[in-house]
Amino acid sequence: MIIAKGLRKTFPVRGGKDVDAVSGIDLSVARGESFGFLGPNGAGKSSTMRMIACVSPRTGGELSILGLDPEVDGVRIRGRLGVVPQQDNLDEELTVRENLIVYGRYFGISRAECRRRAAELLEFAQLVEKADAKVDTLSGGMKRRLTIARSLINSPELLLLDEPTTGLDPQARHVLWDRLFRLKHQGVTLVVTTHYMDEAEQLCDRLVVMDGGRIVAQGSPAELIAAHSSREVLELRFSPGSQDAAEVAVAGLAERIEVLPDRLLIYADDGDEVLARVHTMDLRPTTTLVRRSTLEDVFLRLTGRSLVD
Amino acid sequence: MAFPVPAVRPARPPSGRFVVLEYLIRCWRGYFVSSLAQAVGVPLLYLLALGVGLGTLIDSGPDAESFGGISYLDYIAPALLVAAALQVGAGEASYPAYSRFKWTKVFWGVTATPVTPQQVCDGEALFIATRLLAGSALYYLVLLAFGAAGGPAGLLMVPAGVLTGLACAVWVLALGARMRSEGGAFNVLFRFVLVPMTLFSGSFFPITQMPLATRWLAWISPLWHGNELARGAALGGLGFWAAVGHLSYLLVLLIVGAVLARRCYRARLIV
Repeated sequence: MIIAKGLRKTFPVRGGKDVDAVSGIDLSVARGESFGFLGPNGAGKSSTMRMIACVSPRTGGELSILGLDPEVDGVRIRGRLGVVPQQDNLDEELTVRENLIVYGRYFGISRAECRRRAAELLEFAQLVEKADAKVDTLSGGMKRRLTIARSLINSPELLLLDEPTTGLDPQARHVLWDRLFRLKHQGVTLVVTTHYMDEAEQLCDRLVVMDGGRIVAQGSPAELIAAHSSREVLELRFSPGSQDAAEVAVAGLAERIEVLPDRLLIYADDGDEVLARVHTMDLRPTTTLVRRSTLEDVFLRLTGRSLVD
Repeated sequence: MAFPVPAVRPARPPSGRFVVLEYLIRCWRGYFVSSLAQAVGVPLLYLLALGVGLGTLIDSGPDAESFGGISYLDYIAPALLVAAALQVGAGEASYPAYSRFKWTKVFWGVTATPVTPQQVCDGEALFIATRLLAGSALYYLVLLAFGAAGGPAGLLMVPAGVLTGLACAVWVLALGARMRSEGGAFNVLFRFVLVPMTLFSGSFFPITQMPLATRWLAWISPLWHGNELARGAALGGLGFWAAVGHLSYLLVLLIVGAVLARRCYRARLIV
């Protein structure tokens, strides 16, 4: 579906040094797969997505989408893609149904067929009651569902979603995930960028972690956790002032210990066992938590905890 | 819905620019009545206030012959049609088009489909031409009711208005594609270009009344060329080569502006 080799994107800056948004990445996405991009802001995820969506020309390297070259066949490729942008760009003055129909027309679909597909998509997005309401009367979750429904009007083979559930409440997120699962089972290839680790773990078969325009890790969620984190994490919080002493004391308990301003993280395969040993050491943590390692631990380990501007 | 489905394609899918036109016409339905009121209402007020109100004064005064023996109403009517087209054209090409870049970001959604940025620009221009055609035709009917539509060739005032309005509108489209601000440059354009242009292009008084040193301002004004064509159509007296000259000026302005606008749309939407 997607093959990239040494893909690069550079933005010229007038009177300054060019910005390398994407510095040579290799990836491949197979048909029917659900693929995710993780990374902090500025990592190059959106630039990569825009190149895949054939709306941004690449600066270097090779890129093939559906077996075609975006530089030559951009129009054809876009006809077979679905795109859910980070920010909704719906027409707020038109109704929900009209937004769907208008968008379908851009793909050269006949008016009658657009109306028919719009009716089906309204069901899919659970927006039938709002079909003839103006978009500016919808809630954020409804607008997002509409944007996703809209992206399906041309029955795309490949669906690109840029942070699909950012800003939505938990109910809305779960409804969206459910819809995306259904699409996946119907054979649509999904490519998602997200900041939400639970979303990445739930939706994606394979992931790529990007940082500074490069890929720093690839694999399935389980593989990434196994490679870059331990099975479990023990979190210890101490009363103010007593953490320094504890740091020294726990140093030998596990291979990897992370010191944060407000707590200690001990990475081990058996968190309960380490906790038992902590108790024997006469340390008095105010709270303890044993949890499984998540992608967030992988992510923060690979990309760091400092703010990137 | 089964996925993936080989997309049903008609024998010849409509070109992107006409689908964009279709979309803009659909949006137009939301403000259809107020847009027609704008196209006709304000010029109608000018017609009454200046054509009839001021006109009766001028026609009965000592300078009645300065307009070549025609009433003041007949003199300004074609100019008002063209000026209305200019206002509507420039207006539609300003904030409405710009908002689709800046605030609603609709253009980014459109260009994620097979429609190209150049087709988006063409669609905008086609829509503006459609609005101008409807507005100018309606205004022509109003003039007909006032008896100020001139002879049978007066119908050619309508294309003269459309051409003048569109020739200016494409430049405003180009400006919008380059702008990043909240739209302040449009206000500057309207206050310091459009309004002076409307006042000093022979709309309300012949340019022979302007000092020779300032007359070039009228000669470069697209509105003056449009006025000459419209007056020639309604009232006659426009020589063949003069007409060719005015027409060419407007066509060149239109073509250069359209090419520029298409380039600016492409540069804005493909980054």
